Amino acid sequence: MITSHAPVHCPADLAEALALRAAHPEAMPLAGGTDVMVFVESGTLSPPAFLNLWGLAELRGVQADGDGLRLGALCTYTELEADARVQATAPALVEAARTVGAKQIQNRGTLAGNVANASPAGDSLPVLLALDAEVEVASVRGTRRIPMDALYTGYRKLALAPDELITAICLPARHPADVQYYRKVGTRLAQAISKVMLGGRLRIEGGVVTEARVAFGSVAAFPVRARTVEAALVGRPVDAAAADLVGADIKPIDDIRSTATYRLEVARRILQGWLAAVAAEGASSSR
Amino acid sequence: MLIGQDLIRADGPAKVTGQARYVDDVRPDGCLYGFTVRSPWAHARIDGIELDPDFDWTDITVCTAADIPGENVVALMTDDQPVLADGVVRHVAEPVALVAGPDRDRALAASHHVRVAYTPLTPLMDPEVSAGNAHRIFRDDNVYSRITVEHGEAERVLAETDTVITGTYRVGLQEQLYIEPQGMMAIPRADGGVTLFGSMQCPYYIVKALKRVLGHDDLNVVQAVTGGGFGGKEEYPSIVAAHAAVLALKAGRPVKLIYRRDDDLRATTKRHPAIMHYRVAVDRATGKLQAAHVKLLFDGGAYNTLSPVVNSRAVLHALGPYACPHVKVEGLMVATNTPPNGAFRGFGAPQVMFAAERHMDRIARELGRSPLELRRLNLYQDGDVTPSGQRLVDVGATQVLELALKEAEAGLPASGVPDRAGGGGAAARVAPGRGVAIAWHGCGFTGNGEAALKGQADVAIEGDRVVIYTASTDIGQGTDTIFPAIVAEVLGISVDRVANADHDTATVPDSGPTVASRTAMVVGGVVKQAAEKLLAALQAEVGAEGAFDDLLAQRKSAAPLRVRAQYRDDLGLVWDPATYRGDAYPTYGWACVIVDVDVDLDTGEVLYRRLVSATDVGKALNPVLCTGQLEGGALQGLGYATCEEVVLDDQGGMRNNRLTNYIIPTALDAPEMVTALVEIPFSGGPFGAKGIGEIPHDVPAAAVAQAIEAACGAVLDRLPMTPERVLAALQES
Ligand SMILES: Cc1cc2nc3c(=O)[nH]c(=O)nc-3n(C[C@H](O)[C@H](O)[C@H](O)COP(=O)(O)OP(=O)(O)OC[C@H]3O[C@@H](n4cnc5c(N)ncnc54)[C@H](O)[C@@H]3O)c2cc1C
Repeated sequence: MITSHAPVHCPADLAEALALRAAHPEAMPLAGGTDVMVFVESGTLSPPAFLNLWGLAELRGVQADGDGLRLGALCTYTELEADARVQATAPALVEAARTVGAKQIQNRGTLAGNVANASPAGDSLPVLLALDAEVEVASVRGTRRIPMDALYTGYRKLALAPDELITAICLPARHPADVQYYRKVGTRLAQAISKVMLGGRLRIEGGVVTEARVAFGSVAAFPVRARTVEAALVGRPVDAAAADLVGADIKPIDDIRSTATYRLEVARRILQGWLAAVAAEGASSSR
Repeated sequence: MLIGQDLIRADGPAKVTGQARYVDDVRPDGCLYGFTVRSPWAHARIDGIELDPDFDWTDITVCTAADIPGENVVALMTDDQPVLADGVVRHVAEPVALVAGPDRDRALAASHHVRVAYTPLTPLMDPEVSAGNAHRIFRDDNVYSRITVEHGEAERVLAETDTVITGTYRVGLQEQLYIEPQGMMAIPRADGGVTLFGSMQCPYYIVKALKRVLGHDDLNVVQAVTGGGFGGKEEYPSIVAAHAAVLALKAGRPVKLIYRRDDDLRATTKRHPAIMHYRVAVDRATGKLQAAHVKLLFDGGAYNTLSPVVNSRAVLHALGPYACPHVKVEGLMVATNTPPNGAFRGFGAPQVMFAAERHMDRIARELGRSPLELRRLNLYQDGDVTPSGQRLVDVGATQVLELALKEAEAGLPASGVPDRAGGGGAAARVAPGRGVAIAWHGCGFTGNGEAALKGQADVAIEGDRVVIYTASTDIGQGTDTIFPAIVAEVLGISVDRVANADHDTATVPDSGPTVASRTAMVVGGVVKQAAEKLLAALQAEVGAEGAFDDLLAQRKSAAPLRVRAQYRDDLGLVWDPATYRGDAYPTYGWACVIVDVDVDLDTGEVLYRRLVSATDVGKALNPVLCTGQLEGGALQGLGYATCEEVVLDDQGGMRNNRLTNYIIPTALDAPEMVTALVEIPFSGGPFGAKGIGEIPHDVPAAAVAQAIEAACGAVLDRLPMTPERVLAALQES
């Protein structure tokens, strides 16, 4: 199909949206449309109906959430980049937002859309994993939060019930001893689907790593945490050699954009580079 | 003086305000949309074509080879390519049937219900085993072209010299990636003829091809606004036009055939891939080249298209701009069961000049000399003789090299690496490097091509305006701006009073194709001559001498006054196409490219900081347009260097046939560019102009390869130098 003639439901508020979602689970939610339009034009998807979320005020804006932040599902990348609270809490997420598509896509595409689209190459996803983000979902039955780490159950499969919508992405407060990192290795400097991304967070207290999150994208069916590497990092000063264990955690594949060999080697190298930089920084600041 | 001024582009305002009408913006009443049914196989027998009885065909027109009114041939160099496959398919995506319906969705849906029964056959995919293979694709040996250029006694000198350096270089396919995909509309006329309107470079190619397909010549071809061609709209539009016309005649309605991008990428021609072997003898003491034997192998794909001409340009440019007394270059262009390759900016030169420049780097490495020094020692000078035996005059090679080096001395812009979004900031590990490469490029057709072609142009007085009639299309390069400036300059009038007639073969003469960097240099000269003739005709009519406007005021008749000029061969070129001896080109352009890169040592990514170029353009007729051509060409050359890779499936079909996955550089990937112009006038070009369309694409890739090597020691002899290949080379070095 090139043109879609499917009906578009346009709820006025969240309650109506959830009722429509329950009544028409086959209607595809539509946020910024930057993924949906591509699927429709290429014929990959031809949904029988759409549920347009764009008008829902409840899903807009950044709010405080305890000491953390609640990013409304319709927050665009441009909004996240410009928001001082997001910059302070999640600099790595801002960095990731800046790499998505180019300005036009950042103006229109939403973070929740990236999460719901569940592409293994979704640029924000490894950072959300590294930040221990939670996904707030709602239905006519109520609201719950799913940890990022439990959200994906398979290739493009989410732990969402058919009647649920994502209403927000929640970020915990930033710990003062945390360093965050984001690295995207794409095919070019804009409009690039990632070959490998790394989202990282280290909590370093008294010269020792007390918590480690290392997450990769584009190296498995969905974004994954490198738990072997994380375990090796904790309990000692930052050791860049932990990067050599990455092969135990990720099993990338050959595809149209890159090779398994390249992805694995680059994952190791960019992780090693980051850890080495953090170690060097720590060494110089403790002198 | 209008020449040498940055006159605003004639096509600019309409394009930036959205007024320009591309072929898909026009929809005559009752127009149908066409779609092409293509082969899924590289090679197969067609056992039958049936229409799904359960589909509603009432508003659908279907055509197969049987519906072609004339010959089932795309007339070009040879008659090997059918308009629609008949009985056999020879490459994936080969057109087998056509459908047209009232809208795109209907046409697309119908295409899925045309049932073609195939028996797949074993394809021949490897060009290295094609020549003489028992599996025949083209004539009795699968060879589209075999050319040898020989000067002196290369074999003897190679055998007698101690230092002989050998190397093999490979380049892949490259897609032209014009802005709007191929598109053509065929409109049956009330008088029984047919009009073709579409995106194209060469209206008269389509006339020539459609006469055979339709079996009559009652047709005219009109160029729509065309957003770039780069060679991709040289010969291919004849096929789209033939398809649209066959559908339109059967349906009795206008038919529009607009390729989707994925179809366009899978089906249309690309730059020829090549495997190039170099053996060069050098004098260790002097660093001078002594002898060279070069063997080139090009993959032409399943049909001939213009492949022999690509081979021709390749053999003639194979040694780069360096003097060598004994040379033998053998070029072989063969057939495989892959989509045909065809014209693309540079036409064989970018392939061989990557190899030639990389081989210079290899020689420098083995001799322990700097690549720059080796080039300086061997660059062509006035009086040197080329492999075809042409004695060179006005050689600009040293001048462009020294100017580019001087321009490159100015402070290098800061590396963009630290600010790059998601680039790792301070944790990124990069190494800077610089590469220098030099190109020569024969302008216009080879040998006596122009004398044989006799391109024509008309200029007419119509009221108080002057109108130019040529078949030379503006495809974004600025023809419609340059020609009026030339005419206004000759007539001494303001440029607003000079217009280009639509490029409609019903009214314009055959100026030759818009290719080979020939439009400004050759057709521009014919247009200048026509303007001079017009002034003379006006003087004769009025019976007086004087300024154009004074004469115009004295004119009694209000009828248009139109004159025609034809290419005049006063260059006295001597060329023998049988032996490839003589004056291969009327003149040469010279260019030097200096690239500064940062190589990411963790990822193998190559990031561009700055590209400095100096190019001998003869005369910059419009410096902004000229610079635009050079910068655009350079960026296309950088795409060829590091990111543009066509990934094929086992049937030879392009897997990455979407803009998401066929990676061309974006504005963010582009380096800062410093573009210096050198003007060594060419006596045969208008106001001294030379062709500049292709030369900028020739050596950026070679400069990048040298820069990568300088940065990190990784040696790459294959294009594109993707991060995957750079990282692998880095691990080896
Ligand atoms: C040119 C281009 C470049 C791009 N570049 C990048 C890139 O660099 N990196 C990257 O990661 N992505 C990229 N994308 C993909 C896309 O822009 C992002 O995934 C974006 O975040 C999607 O957000 P959206 O609001 O447009 O989602 P939509 O297209 O509206 O929706 C995407 C999916 O999420 C579902 N959905 C949306 N909102 C909700 C919700 N609240 N609850 C439940 N389901 C929901 C939709 O049903 C759909 O399945 C690019 C896309 C384009 C067209």
